Amino acid sequence: MKFFPLIWRNLTRKKLRTSLTLLTIMVAFVLFGILCAVREALVGGVALAGADRLIVRHKVSIIQMLPESYQARIARIPGVAAVTHQTWFGGTYQDPKNFFMQNPVEPEAFMAMFPEFILPPEQMKAWLATRTGAIVGRKTAERFHWKIGDKIPIMSPIWLRKTWEFDLVGIYDGAKKGTDTTSMFFRYDYFDESRQAQNWGAGQVGWYTIRVKDPAQAAEVAKLVDREFENSPYETKTEPEGAFAQGFANQIGNITAIVSGILAAVFFTILLVTGSTMSQAIRDRIGELGVLKAIGFTNGRLLSLVLAESCLLTVLGGGLGLALAALVTAGGDPTGGMLPMFRLPGSDVLVGIFISLALGLVTGALPALQAMRLRVADAVRRI
Amino acid sequence: MAGPLNWFSQIAAVTKFGLMSIPQRRGSVAATIFGVAGVVLVFVGVLSIATGFRRAMTASGSPDAVIILRSGADTEMVSGFSREETRVIADAPGLARDARGPLASAELFVIVNLPKRSTGTDANVPLRGVEGAAISVRDDLKITAGRMFEWGKNEVIVGVGAARAFDGLEVGGSVKVGSAHWPVVGVFTANGGVAESEIWTDARVLQDAYHRGDSFQSVYARLASPNSYQSFKDALTTNPRLNVKVERQSEHFAEQSTALTTLITTLGFLIATLMAVGAVFGALNTMYSAVASRTREIATLRALGFGRGAILVAMMIESLLVALVGGAIGGAAAFLAFNNFHAATMNWQSFSQVTFAFAVTPALLGQGIAWATAIGLLGGLFPALQAARLPIAAALRET
Repeated sequence: MKFFPLIWRNLTRKKLRTSLTLLTIMVAFVLFGILCAVREALVGGVALAGADRLIVRHKVSIIQMLPESYQARIARIPGVAAVTHQTWFGGTYQDPKNFFMQNPVEPEAFMAMFPEFILPPEQMKAWLATRTGAIVGRKTAERFHWKIGDKIPIMSPIWLRKTWEFDLVGIYDGAKKGTDTTSMFFRYDYFDESRQAQNWGAGQVGWYTIRVKDPAQAAEVAKLVDREFENSPYETKTEPEGAFAQGFANQIGNITAIVSGILAAVFFTILLVTGSTMSQAIRDRIGELGVLKAIGFTNGRLLSLVLAESCLLTVLGGGLGLALAALVTAGGDPTGGMLPMFRLPGSDVLVGIFISLALGLVTGALPALQAMRLRVADAVRRI
Repeated sequence: MAGPLNWFSQIAAVTKFGLMSIPQRRGSVAATIFGVAGVVLVFVGVLSIATGFRRAMTASGSPDAVIILRSGADTEMVSGFSREETRVIADAPGLARDARGPLASAELFVIVNLPKRSTGTDANVPLRGVEGAAISVRDDLKITAGRMFEWGKNEVIVGVGAARAFDGLEVGGSVKVGSAHWPVVGVFTANGGVAESEIWTDARVLQDAYHRGDSFQSVYARLASPNSYQSFKDALTTNPRLNVKVERQSEHFAEQSTALTTLITTLGFLIATLMAVGAVFGALNTMYSAVASRTREIATLRALGFGRGAILVAMMIESLLVALVGGAIGGAAAFLAFNNFHAATMNWQSFSQVTFAFAVTPALLGQGIAWATAIGLLGGLFPALQAARLPIAAALRET
């Protein structure tokens, strides 16, 4: 630590060069942070999925509906602790561009199945008391400036092709940081009565969510469910929530691979730029390094001095870049609905700091070795 | 007097000196070249995704090809017609006809889950039920392998994009719909258009399999001439028995591609801008060190009578050349790596997969070179100004 002033002086001797390098590194880490947030938005659901939950959908495709009567049959399957259903409503609020999800659910079973949605008890009571009641996540409520008591008109091109009106009785929050609070949920009984009245798709639901008694038995329960409905007109496909989310993310493309590819190109570029600057900085100071050696600095100490200098530069740049990225991503989804889970996860910040340290070691390695191998006589002669 | 010719020869001389000194600074010059190459590679690479997707979505449909949906429906997925309605549409004035009647195909659009070859996980593959006129209402639809499916039979033909992207979609393979296996009997191309992502079968067969009764979701039709678009549209929208909207196929699919292409393009520009800022800093560093290592040389030239302007321009040219070499490398690498790279992604509007090929177009490469030029100019300007302003006497004394 006592050499810190020396390292700092070396860094600040050519202020322009150091600041330019610092800015380059910073930019790379801003990009790193933003791309991590994009990846999180697209595949983050996988990590948040409940390990003890399974999703049951129509085997041919998710757009096909399942009979509501399956609920009781699923509940009887050994290993199933709870089951409830949801249905894709696909409505729009005012403008088709204002996308968010709305699903009819059974309030009590639904809230028990998804403890990550937190609703104040009095709002839950109001929901149970209001047939046309709906609850919405904090993000969407803030986006459209909705308050409890508002009447929300939602046009559904799928269901009865009419505008449905809901009474907003509750606003829920997420239990975890990444929980998606953009969706709206309303009562299935109200939904199904309206369908019955029009004789249109009544008694059909989109998909079921199962809670298993023991997560270790999840695969077997999934098999039992699919076997139960084999050879019926509505065969099912059951998979863990995580696999379902992963499969869904894979439909967009191999996002992790694309993001990693871009980041590899970025960091390779930065590595070159920083590395060449560091070598230049060391080459400028060969004479001084020779003097340090002459007055008794060991090879190891010189090596660590140079490495410390390069690491200080990259960690400083990386830290600033990550901080800036955190600021930029703190505003949430920049696309207005397409990426509800846009945020920079803490684990990626840690990875970023680690990468900045590694970058410092790699870019400093060559100049540090050069410095270590200097022969005092040659070096001092260069002055 | 220094004439313009003299001025140019001064620039040429200083530029030549600069370029000749590059081998001495090869480390930092190489870093700049690869820095710029990296920017151009990523920029062109990311935007080739958007260009390719847009190309696939808009390749379908000449001006006389139209699609009719229920009014208020943005996509076929949420649209719906009864058979009577589709008959009324087919009988409207302005449609082209052949021996079998008007060129209109009432179609059903659903999805079927098939594993994607690249990831092995299930994807929503579009499955389309069509009528006899389906081929003539689309442009350049050709069966390239096998044969057309037989009407009334559980057989399918698949687009070449779908055949490439999803498991089991080759002639001889089969699609599992419910408990039945439908054999794949042919593969078709559609001029690179969106139909190439789809699986086709007889609409009636599909109605039964998906419990759709006698309903359809859309009507694809060909007009007698592109000019009859307005009269055809008016005839349908004023018909009290119908509640429909009419669009050109090209416009319909272009509209569906907007959201994704905008997202990718924005992201591409954001990444490229940030990387370019980094590359400019890199170029600045390189050029500043170039100026620093040549301080005495430049001062000597100035003492010999070389003008400030010539020094400035020569330094800028050097920086620009270095950046352009980087740009060319990046562009070439992007072309080799990404052009015609086949991929499939989700079209959120139709909730199904679209297969497409990344497209590195000349326009995109031009934009990449423009980025390189901008980086070279920005990175060269300040060091060049510094070089031009060197105080001669002090600089000569420098070591």
